[in-house]
Amino acid sequence: MKPRVLQLFAAGVNCDRELERAFELAGADVRPVHVHALIDNPALVKECDLFAIPGGFTYGDDLGAGRILALEVATHLKDALVELHEAGGTLFGVCNGFQVLVKTGLLPGIDGARVSLTWNDTHRFECRWSRLLAEPSLDAILPAGTILPAGTAHAEGKLVCDSPESLARLEAEGCVALRYADENGQATRDYPHCPNGSDGAIAGLISPSGRILGLMPHPERCLSPENLPDRGKANWGDGAAALDFFRGMLAPYGAASPAV
Amino acid sequence: MSVHSPAWRVELELDAGRPDPVGDAAHAALLDRGLDLAPTVRSGRGYLLPGHLERGQVERIAAELLADPVTETTRILAPGETPDQGGRTLVVRRLPGVADPEADSTRNALHLLDVALTETDPVQSYRTYRVSEGVDGDELVRIGSRALANPTIEQTVLGDAPVLPHPVPDSRRSERTEVAIRDLDDDGLATLSRERSMALSVLEMRAIQAHYEAEGREATDIELETIAQTWSEHCKHKTLTGPVRLLEKDAQGELIRERNFENLLKETVFEATRKLSPEWCWSVFRDNAGVIAMTDDIGLAIKVETHNHPSALDPYGGAGTGIGGVIRDILGTGLGARPFAATDVFCVGPEGMPREELPPGTLHPDRVLSGVIAGVRDYGNRMGIPTVSGTVVRHPGYVGNPLVYAGCVGEIPRDKVDKEVLPGDLVVALGGRTGRDGIHGATFSSEALHEESDTVDATAVQIGDPITEKKVLDVQMIARDRGLYRAVTDCGAGGFSSAVGEMGEECGAEVDLETAPLKYPGLSYWEIWISEAQERMVLAVPPEHRDELFELCALHDVEATVIGTFNDSGRLTLRWHGEVVGDLPMEFLHGSVPQPVREAESQRLPLGETAWPEDFDTLALLEGALGHPSIASKEWVVRQYDHEVQGGTVVKPYQGPRAHGPGDGTVVKPRLDLKQGAAIGCGIAPSMALLDPYAGTACAIDEAMRNVVAAGGNPHRTALLDNFCWGDCRKPDRLGSLVRAAEACHDAALAYGAPFVSGKDSLNNEFRVGEVETPIPPTLLATAMAPVNNTAYCPTTPLKRAGNLLLAVGSTHADGGGSVAAELLELVDSKVPMPDFAVAPSVFDALHQAIQAGWIEACHDLAEGGLAIAAAEMVLGGELGARIDVDRMPGDSELPTAARLFSESPTRFLIEVHPDHLEEVLGVFRTLPIAPIGEVLSADNGIGSLELRSGDSVLATASHPDLLRWNRAL
Repeated sequence: MKPRVLQLFAAGVNCDRELERAFELAGADVRPVHVHALIDNPALVKECDLFAIPGGFTYGDDLGAGRILALEVATHLKDALVELHEAGGTLFGVCNGFQVLVKTGLLPGIDGARVSLTWNDTHRFECRWSRLLAEPSLDAILPAGTILPAGTAHAEGKLVCDSPESLARLEAEGCVALRYADENGQATRDYPHCPNGSDGAIAGLISPSGRILGLMPHPERCLSPENLPDRGKANWGDGAAALDFFRGMLAPYGAASPAV
Repeated sequence: MSVHSPAWRVELELDAGRPDPVGDAAHAALLDRGLDLAPTVRSGRGYLLPGHLERGQVERIAAELLADPVTETTRILAPGETPDQGGRTLVVRRLPGVADPEADSTRNALHLLDVALTETDPVQSYRTYRVSEGVDGDELVRIGSRALANPTIEQTVLGDAPVLPHPVPDSRRSERTEVAIRDLDDDGLATLSRERSMALSVLEMRAIQAHYEAEGREATDIELETIAQTWSEHCKHKTLTGPVRLLEKDAQGELIRERNFENLLKETVFEATRKLSPEWCWSVFRDNAGVIAMTDDIGLAIKVETHNHPSALDPYGGAGTGIGGVIRDILGTGLGARPFAATDVFCVGPEGMPREELPPGTLHPDRVLSGVIAGVRDYGNRMGIPTVSGTVVRHPGYVGNPLVYAGCVGEIPRDKVDKEVLPGDLVVALGGRTGRDGIHGATFSSEALHEESDTVDATAVQIGDPITEKKVLDVQMIARDRGLYRAVTDCGAGGFSSAVGEMGEECGAEVDLETAPLKYPGLSYWEIWISEAQERMVLAVPPEHRDELFELCALHDVEATVIGTFNDSGRLTLRWHGEVVGDLPMEFLHGSVPQPVREAESQRLPLGETAWPEDFDTLALLEGALGHPSIASKEWVVRQYDHEVQGGTVVKPYQGPRAHGPGDGTVVKPRLDLKQGAAIGCGIAPSMALLDPYAGTACAIDEAMRNVVAAGGNPHRTALLDNFCWGDCRKPDRLGSLVRAAEACHDAALAYGAPFVSGKDSLNNEFRVGEVETPIPPTLLATAMAPVNNTAYCPTTPLKRAGNLLLAVGSTHADGGGSVAAELLELVDSKVPMPDFAVAPSVFDALHQAIQAGWIEACHDLAEGGLAIAAAEMVLGGELGARIDVDRMPGDSELPTAARLFSESPTRFLIEVHPDHLEEVLGVFRTLPIAPIGEVLSADNGIGSLELRSGDSVLATASHPDLLRWNRAL
């Protein structure tokens, strides 16, 4: 049986088509579900292996990115999602979906470290390609050291911790999944390689379980070399790491393992 | 009016240690306006919540919904409490009746915290600027209301005064009102038109009078409003579709030609389309957008709109609702196309213009530009539609009247292109609610702007709510595929009156106005009917599908309401609580506009040869041209737009390893599972059109064609769109240049085999100060779209590989009128370049063949700044070097070097070819103008350089970092 992905839809979700395509190419069956339908029947969560929240501007991001959907999820769906996770399922969010996972407290998923995603240092929406360096904590999904090209497209993607101690805990507990990197593959907070000034150059977080994962830039925008800057003819590799990333997430549920 | 009691105030600021770029920008803006100010301004956001809530409830709302727990500090003020604060806080809030989506989102989310509100409970948002002590409060409000707010839509008060919720408007029901028209003389008719903002001529008013004389009764207010909307220049395009007499005169003023048109557009732009009538055009000029084939089953719908006057008053709201409106055009095409790309073009006044030189009543061009960019960004990004193509034009002629073009492209299955309304179908309003926003927008846009426009026309300004429109898009696509409705159109100019009027034109319709959902009570029935509130569509729904549609809408939280029924009466019947308040025959409404013959006069200017200098500094001119506003990098704009959302942007606006190279056309794939895509490009040449509207228009069309062909689009399947923005065409000289431009559209379309499929005009773009009226430059935006058969073969502009050859395609000529170099060298006005219609289509065809064969590694069209700039941009993107010998360019051997480098002759490209493919490429071009003129060099020490030569002598050498700096790319 193919891995089953349940993909959340809500007012303002707008990266659903490419995310669905990415999971399908990676070997999954994808079932989109509207948040209102899911609130009516949270048991649907049990019928999936991976629960995904795509990017967008849910409810206009009017009160801060992902804030209202996070409150909706926290109020009505958190129990079902925690249950899925405890039963071995994966929770995944990209961009606005990552903001939702952070603002519900599902990420980073350790006590005592408070993080948020706030306005980029430029205070502007930034749309540009980023290189993400896979950290050892992501190794089961994507080999550590891999450079994952992904499309940054956010205004509120700067990961901030409430204290230096919180950042140290994220590092110590292996919650850092991906960092922004430069052309040499070195992690950096320098603009524009790091588009937002994130603490620790952090682009994505992963729970200690390895099964709650979120990131700001969009790997699902990299399903063909044509999507890369200058269509793969420049120094951005062939883009295959993006599909490997999705395969890696699905691997525990029966999809083909990532190509090495 | 019922006044609210004081409300809770929840105010949030970033923690003291965190950077606050908004506060910093506010600080700079206040300083710039002369406010003597201590070092810091801290920005914040505030919310008013109903006074009857308990403190515990407000604290929970603040903590769990409004504030960011990690980055922000919260202050809660009880109802009536005045803040005790050391400094001064400026509060900027929207005026009553102006949309407030943030407040709406807050209101809608409160149920998640078990807070129940009534509809009239106030929830309002505002922003704050806290300045240091020692600033005079009155002075802060006076300067802040200009520097930090737009007085047309916002009010500015001091935050240490009470901030009361806006009062709720009266809900008194309006009564049927008659307007006496039958006994009026011409003066009386003119007065009536003016007083009711109808923007109709006496001739038109007489036709209305005759109708009521025949009916034997007086008009009602709503009938006059309906006629004014339907007959407005904005909706009816009376000038372009009416009779025109053109007198063309030579430079000496001698008459050289007279031409009479029955219908200007029909005999020019449409005529070319009719003559071409290719089978791949699925829908032309009959729907909200044109539709062409991408594959046998999937079509591409495209439309470009203007939103000039609203953007002049409120750049942010005007541009946002402009893009929102053109997206609805795509949703309203056939049974609805799915939008997958957007375009924008802005024409504004000069950069950094001294404020004292601004005409009264105008916003600074830089403020207009940043406002319209932010408007497109915030609307387009939230809609999830990538804004992929566009440009910015700077010219003094746009100071008083900036132009904002917004375009949208959608995909549509072939079997969804046609629609039909049947009697018995329900009239269903879908989406946003109706408010007073945009009352008289259609008639407002048909008038010139003037110095008081910003105070008297506030209701014409609209604020967009993209998430409401996104939800409409979501449900409409599902409902379309389930076949739940039979026809759809958008509510644009004229609101329900135009939408229902158009849909029911062939049959008839009756509407019960009290059923329309309202944002707030108190609208009169005619306001409901003509309001241009955003984010609304009208569907024709067979009664048997009503329940399924409404269930779908409920799931997606989209409001759907039956407001009437289509019937077979041939009349438009409007009721208000059961009483008929309007009853008009469709035939009169849509067919009876009297058309006077409009006089047009086109006088040629005495233009001579371009006096290119023999002796000039190539490097200095290259530097100046790269930094010219038309050429300087627009990457800072593009980075703010999510031009990659939906994952189909495969040829991007900026290209190369670090994406510093500007592209030509962009290519977007609507379907990730197919290899086909759409190439989109545009052309605009107002500086040329000012000298010669015919040649300037032809050059704009050529540029649009070049863009799509260079990006891999098929020149044999390219569709064009026209967007005419002109001055007041009641004046013969303005209309004269318009006629010449329309003739150029006809001739170019026929020559290129590229039919126009849709278009729009915006006339009366003039600005009046006292008695002096100044028109904008004649501005035709040509948009081109072509299917790409396989996006794998699309070339980009950056250089690819050292050792490859660079070939110049197309002939270079000396005519330099309207070029960037002519402006920089201060050359007197001279002849404008003109495409060679006999050669151009063959050049496009040959280039396309070479691209399809995979022989073209990089390709860039020569546009503003000519060869020198194209070569520089290819180096910018590719980060390699290039050596070019201009003596080897095809064309006249006597051509001055300056013309070789900087002339802007159309139909030219610079292409990169591997030496192994040189013979094959030359073979495809055969006798067409093409020549190898240089080669790609490696990047020495990682730094590429551009070397421009004339035979043995080096004219200029510029390094990559210099080019980047001059182009203002960093």
